[in-house]
Amino acid sequence: MSENKQKLISVTIDGTPVAVPENTTILDAAKLLGVYIPTLCHHEDLCVAGNCRVCMVEVKGSRTLQASCATPVSDGMEIYTNSRLVRTARKHVIELLLSEHRGDCLRCYRNGNCELQALANEYRIDQGVFIDLHKEDQVDISSPAIQKDDSKCIRCQRCVRACTELQSVSALCVAHKGADMRITTFWDKALAYVVCTNCGQCVAHCPTGALTERNYVEDVWDAIYDPTKHVVVQTAPAIRVSIGEEVGLEPGQRVTKQLVTALRRLGFDSVLDTDFTADLTIIEEGNELLHRLTKAIRDKEDVALPMITSCSPGWIKYIEHEFSNHLDHLSTCKSPQQMFGPLAKTYYAEKIGVDPKDMVVVSIMPCTAKKFEAARPEMMASGLRDVDYVLTTRELGLMIRQAGIDFTKLEEGDYDSILGKSTGAGAIFGVTGGVMEAALRTAYELITGREIPFPNLDIKPVRGLKGVKEATLKIEGTLEKYKFLEGVELKVAIGHGLTNARKIMKQLESGESPYHFIEIMACPGGCIGGGGQPIPTTNEIRMKRSNAIYDEDEKMQYRKSHENPEIIGIYEDFLKEPLGHKSHELLHTTYVKREKN
Amino acid sequence: MVMTREEKLARINAHQERVNLIFEKIDTQGLMEKVMKLENNKILEYIKESGLKGRGGAGFPTYLKWKLAADQKSDMKYVICNADEGEPGTFKDRKILEEQADKVFTGMAICAKVIGASEGYVYLRGEYNYLVPLLTTRMNAFNEEMNQLGLNFTLKLRSGSGAYICGEETALIESMEGYRGEARNKPPFPVEKGYLGKPTVINNVETLVYCTMIVMNEGGKFKTFGTEISTGSKVFSVSGDADVEGIYELELGMTIQEFVDLFGDGDTKAVQVGGASGFCVPRKKFKETIIGFEGVPTGGSMMLFNSTRSMYHILMNYMEFMQEESCGQCTPCRVGCQQLVKGIQAIKHKKRPATYLDDLVKLAKTMRVASKCGLGQSVANPFISIVENFREEIIY
Repeated sequence: MSENKQKLISVTIDGTPVAVPENTTILDAAKLLGVYIPTLCHHEDLCVAGNCRVCMVEVKGSRTLQASCATPVSDGMEIYTNSRLVRTARKHVIELLLSEHRGDCLRCYRNGNCELQALANEYRIDQGVFIDLHKEDQVDISSPAIQKDDSKCIRCQRCVRACTELQSVSALCVAHKGADMRITTFWDKALAYVVCTNCGQCVAHCPTGALTERNYVEDVWDAIYDPTKHVVVQTAPAIRVSIGEEVGLEPGQRVTKQLVTALRRLGFDSVLDTDFTADLTIIEEGNELLHRLTKAIRDKEDVALPMITSCSPGWIKYIEHEFSNHLDHLSTCKSPQQMFGPLAKTYYAEKIGVDPKDMVVVSIMPCTAKKFEAARPEMMASGLRDVDYVLTTRELGLMIRQAGIDFTKLEEGDYDSILGKSTGAGAIFGVTGGVMEAALRTAYELITGREIPFPNLDIKPVRGLKGVKEATLKIEGTLEKYKFLEGVELKVAIGHGLTNARKIMKQLESGESPYHFIEIMACPGGCIGGGGQPIPTTNEIRMKRSNAIYDEDEKMQYRKSHENPEIIGIYEDFLKEPLGHKSHELLHTTYVKREKN
Repeated sequence: MVMTREEKLARINAHQERVNLIFEKIDTQGLMEKVMKLENNKILEYIKESGLKGRGGAGFPTYLKWKLAADQKSDMKYVICNADEGEPGTFKDRKILEEQADKVFTGMAICAKVIGASEGYVYLRGEYNYLVPLLTTRMNAFNEEMNQLGLNFTLKLRSGSGAYICGEETALIESMEGYRGEARNKPPFPVEKGYLGKPTVINNVETLVYCTMIVMNEGGKFKTFGTEISTGSKVFSVSGDADVEGIYELELGMTIQEFVDLFGDGDTKAVQVGGASGFCVPRKKFKETIIGFEGVPTGGSMMLFNSTRSMYHILMNYMEFMQEESCGQCTPCRVGCQQLVKGIQAIKHKKRPATYLDDLVKLAKTMRVASKCGLGQSVANPFISIVENFREEIIY
């Protein structure tokens, strides 16, 4: 077995011999030698396309050049990565792409973080040889979340592959052929009118400025500059471990306290935390789960189980389109962002003596789908638009850079109170498995009165980047109230990326879902890999951000949502009880059936 | 050597009758009975010794293709007949299918027996859908015959939708699987991973008929024709400024001059061999150019042009065709074709200097080595051969 696995192939790359495992691509073999071959259509998250032809190399004896991303090494291969033929062809390919691309770099949202621009810079394509072919396409701004500008598209199909492979959504597809070939939607409809979950994985995988988030930076500046407005900002759990990348830090750095200071410097009047409402979600959702379990197990009533989390708006829109007969499985809890909005415009506004009409709620999210979520008609529990603007991590990065703030020199700051205090359980919402772990920490304790039996409260089986994770927790020694749960094996599953969500839902649809509780996040890795996160996002970067989140959890004073003093306070003071009247009014929502196409 | 049309026809017909492999009426059922008793190795030996190369244009040795597929271990294998005859100027597969469907099917069945395939597909060009009723009838009868013979092999028909790229074998497979017609990365080649990921032999209509005839003649006759490198004969589709047009089976290895003498109108200035993806041979090279793999290979399209024709328009026509028929996935082909079209227009209209033509030739050379599939790689064939031989016509 091991011999088979270790079969080595000997090749020479630019004259240097190297032995690599079978099925290694030329691209990866070269990497081992420290030879960097440029790529465009290649992305490690996605299947091999081999269509941009930037990574071509010369293989001795071959009539044509070979795409190194798509060609496995074979014994004795003599590879040249920088021969005259390779350089000429590569320059031609880059020039061709530039001739087709609207080279409006200075006005482009991706200026400075564009793979085509970087390549043009590397190959010094100063003077275009070829004729300008770019078309003045209309920019599709129909969606509140994602903007599509075909004139900047280089047809690498990374978006199509992300949408199809990672997400099983296929909102984007390739249409027409030859000179007319382009990336479009079903029937060329505008993005707002197709089955698109707004997850933004297309944006996160786009090498150029063809797909970007809808940018609301100027609107937020306007609000900040308006003296009549009290501007509240909330920060999602996954922001504090990724915003550093936008301001020049290495991936995986926790910068929560600098982030708070930066937001204050930008001029936000109240700097609050979505982690607080993440904790609140756990209380509401945990109680909802117990409520459903009680009905199902004790009262033998017909109630939808498994219950599925509802924090991820990309996931919500997906299930509304694709599995609309199973909406009753969704927790009725709003996402932390949308729990925050109405609380800010009712409870918090009253506390600080601001007329809700003069309050602007801005949220900083790792997500493009949150822009859509905030605009949903259901999200006006306060009587006003609960959340006014949603910015991605990238947009906040832009604001910080525009304001000339040197992140490395910022003093540490703390969130304002109330709606600012959180626990480690809230923090881990930002990574796949986090909501599950946070919920289990609280639910187990509610049922048994004891801490969950995992060392240091770390529920390791629900962590990691495996597509679908499963865990079973045997409930023993229950409190009197939950005696009917004694000996029950609580089965849970966690899926991230909508392709994995689809697998879980197909199982549920067939009536064979063995679970009680399922966590689903639309994006691979959860929010740390969200469509609004810094570009690039790769598995290595996902792991770094994820480790930083668990680190944040570990350093927290409180690790369980129900121990958050502000949570205890808001129930005493305002909400009264979980799933109570006020909660239903402000913190729970309904879902809508949507068309499948 | 000036001949009247009648003299030309007489010569051509004599040549045809001497060769007469493709359109010869044979007892395919009787042949299949014989084939069932033949060792697979014997069949492979016949094909190998015949020197038969693929008649679709690329010229891959048929023996090798079959052998590679035969050597694969797999629960399923497929034989596909590529009847997506889309090359401008070829129309011979249509006649072969119309008149000799059984010989095509027999070639597929022989291949299936050799490689161990149990299913076969005829991928028919969308524009040939009028053949569907005829082919379906013949196919059902053939399937019944195979069943009686005890060969576990069933034929099915698939219609294309009219994209030129689907004649490229991996794009054809994508199309058959219900996807967009786009070429795949190679390796793996279809003989390893083809239709539905299983080993697949894809042969052109004409190739399959030759296989039938080679086995029928136990390796004889076919290899007595042609040259050492280009054995056998070939069906040509003759069009353009020709005295004699149509479909003719001729030996490989004649020179263009000999060909033009037989078919031309006496004023031939250029012959486009192999269609829009083939080579243009100018009058001054007629004598030295052999029709075959040692000279100009061809899928059968022979377009003759006389001195009334503008080579600029001919080139534009081919390039516009390629610009439209590129699948659009790879950069060199999608953008390269557009640049070649726009480029020669710009030179013609004095928007770019004549020297820009040299930049375009360089680009075409890049397309030849950098494109993902045969379509983009072959755009350079007409472009360079026309531009280099008729430079002044392109510029002025």
